[in-house]
Amino acid sequence: MAAPDPTAVAAPRRAATARVSSFLATHGWARLVLFLTAPLAWLVLVYVVALALLLVAALWSVDSFTGEVDRSLTLDNFRELVTEPLYRTVTLRTLGVAGLVTVIDVAVALPIAFYMGKVATPRVRRALVVAVLTPLWASYLVKAFAWRSLLSDAGLVDWAAGLVGMDGPGYGLTAVVLAQAYIWLPYVILPIYAGVERVPDSLLEASGDLGAPAWTTLRMIVMPLLLPSILAGTIFSFSLTLGDYITVNIVGGANQMLGNLVFVNVGAANNLPLAATIALIPIVIMLGYLAAVRRTGALDNL
Amino acid sequence: MSLSPLARRLLAGVTVLVLLFMYAPLAVVVVNSFNQDASMTWPPSGFTTEWWQRAFYSQGARDAVWTSVQVALASTAVALLLGTLAAFALQRFDFFGKHSVNLLVILPIALPGVVTGIALNNAFRGVLGVQLSVLTVVVAHATFCIVTVFNNVVARLRRIGGSLEEASSDLGAGPWTTFRLVTLPQLRSALLAGGLLAFALSFDEIIVTTFTAGAGTTTLPIWILNNLFRPNQAPVVAVVAVVLIVLSVVPIWIAQRLSGDTDAVR
Repeated sequence: MAAPDPTAVAAPRRAATARVSSFLATHGWARLVLFLTAPLAWLVLVYVVALALLLVAALWSVDSFTGEVDRSLTLDNFRELVTEPLYRTVTLRTLGVAGLVTVIDVAVALPIAFYMGKVATPRVRRALVVAVLTPLWASYLVKAFAWRSLLSDAGLVDWAAGLVGMDGPGYGLTAVVLAQAYIWLPYVILPIYAGVERVPDSLLEASGDLGAPAWTTLRMIVMPLLLPSILAGTIFSFSLTLGDYITVNIVGGANQMLGNLVFVNVGAANNLPLAATIALIPIVIMLGYLAAVRRTGALDNL
Repeated sequence: MSLSPLARRLLAGVTVLVLLFMYAPLAVVVVNSFNQDASMTWPPSGFTTEWWQRAFYSQGARDAVWTSVQVALASTAVALLLGTLAAFALQRFDFFGKHSVNLLVILPIALPGVVTGIALNNAFRGVLGVQLSVLTVVVAHATFCIVTVFNNVVARLRRIGGSLEEASSDLGAGPWTTFRLVTLPQLRSALLAGGLLAFALSFDEIIVTTFTAGAGTTTLPIWILNNLFRPNQAPVVAVVAVVLIVLSVVPIWIAQRLSGDTDAVR
């Protein structure tokens, strides 16, 4: 009796699947097309097209009588952006706040990430990761709200400052920087911690064996290796602050940032084209920033 | 590198201080949810569970939670599918334009939320003439959730390599069989971690949501925002906040159990 023919095992109705299967197995590009089509189509159709339409909408205008969008192309919005000093002030304020928040977060995140990654024992390390993560998962609004109650007129900060005869900062730009730095801190700690973990211990030991003091090792070995992770962290804190308007509403007092101007123009002012034009400012800033840090490998560390 | 004991202690001290700084505001919210004084003055004037009772019976809060859960589940499902596909394409293949596709996946979280929000708002409302609804929120959320699944799956694919898959196909398994029996089991915890993160991201998102939700769509963050500035509702918001803080421990706990490495919780 001959051994059963292996081709006879596949029933006829499975032949089609088998053919597709073997075609995919031998044609790499076909697999790639299969993987890439859906996500690429979604991202292009939903996101790239939306961004492109935003650019077009920035060239529209709003009829001041009817409030209807006029789709003839005009540079009026851009003219207003350049000539009206309000936009320059708000852009600079937003950049200042985002920059300050980022500097504070990196300065705070570096020592704690280094301690987590290289000093703490494995058990302590795991506990610390959980401790850092919990506030990240706690809702954004909860945290903004926490700062509102902390900084309120008779809140904890005022009360504590009163003990030493001072005033709390109240609601304003200082409060915005404080709250933002607080809210985005875990987003900066985590990529830096991941980077610290990847720094090989052997390099640190080698540096020490060759006589380098700890500070020199930090400066010459650790920091260059950490740079992509640090930049990845700054992308989060910078971008998130750049586009925020809700925390600004909650603790910012009368101060406005770019996000507020966008929001007001979409909603209350009913001027979508102007909002679109304003939104181009953070887009240009962020694209410039991403292009600048791209070569460092920061984007792979997000 | 040998750190002096002083340096170690200094680092530990800074770490403790930072953790205190991270938890103090959350602790204040917890205290405020029991604060008798509705305007949340400090120190609390007395203890009350009134806000907890009122939050418990708040229909608005319950409806909002349910809406948020639905939105987060739907966006997570989309993100899981698209993020995994994109991860395979970018981790396992070399092709022209690979870096652009990589940037495209990252862009929705790298650009400020207000940009994503207004771009989609303009596309839906201004160009397509679509009514804003739960569906538009899901589309928006799914778009920026893709990257969290993508990151988790790419990291896992990089680690597991392709040798087991090659062995499987050498032994005669078709691509689908190999995927089902070899690749998927190795990806499972990465998918769960990425999915958890996507769910949390969607559940918590407020900025993009305000631009893409119609008048009738109240997710939990929108409900919180709407009630934050109502004097008598603020303590109820504090209660909801405390519940959220406590609940946020659950996914972290799951992610930690899931795998010993911290990879899973990022």
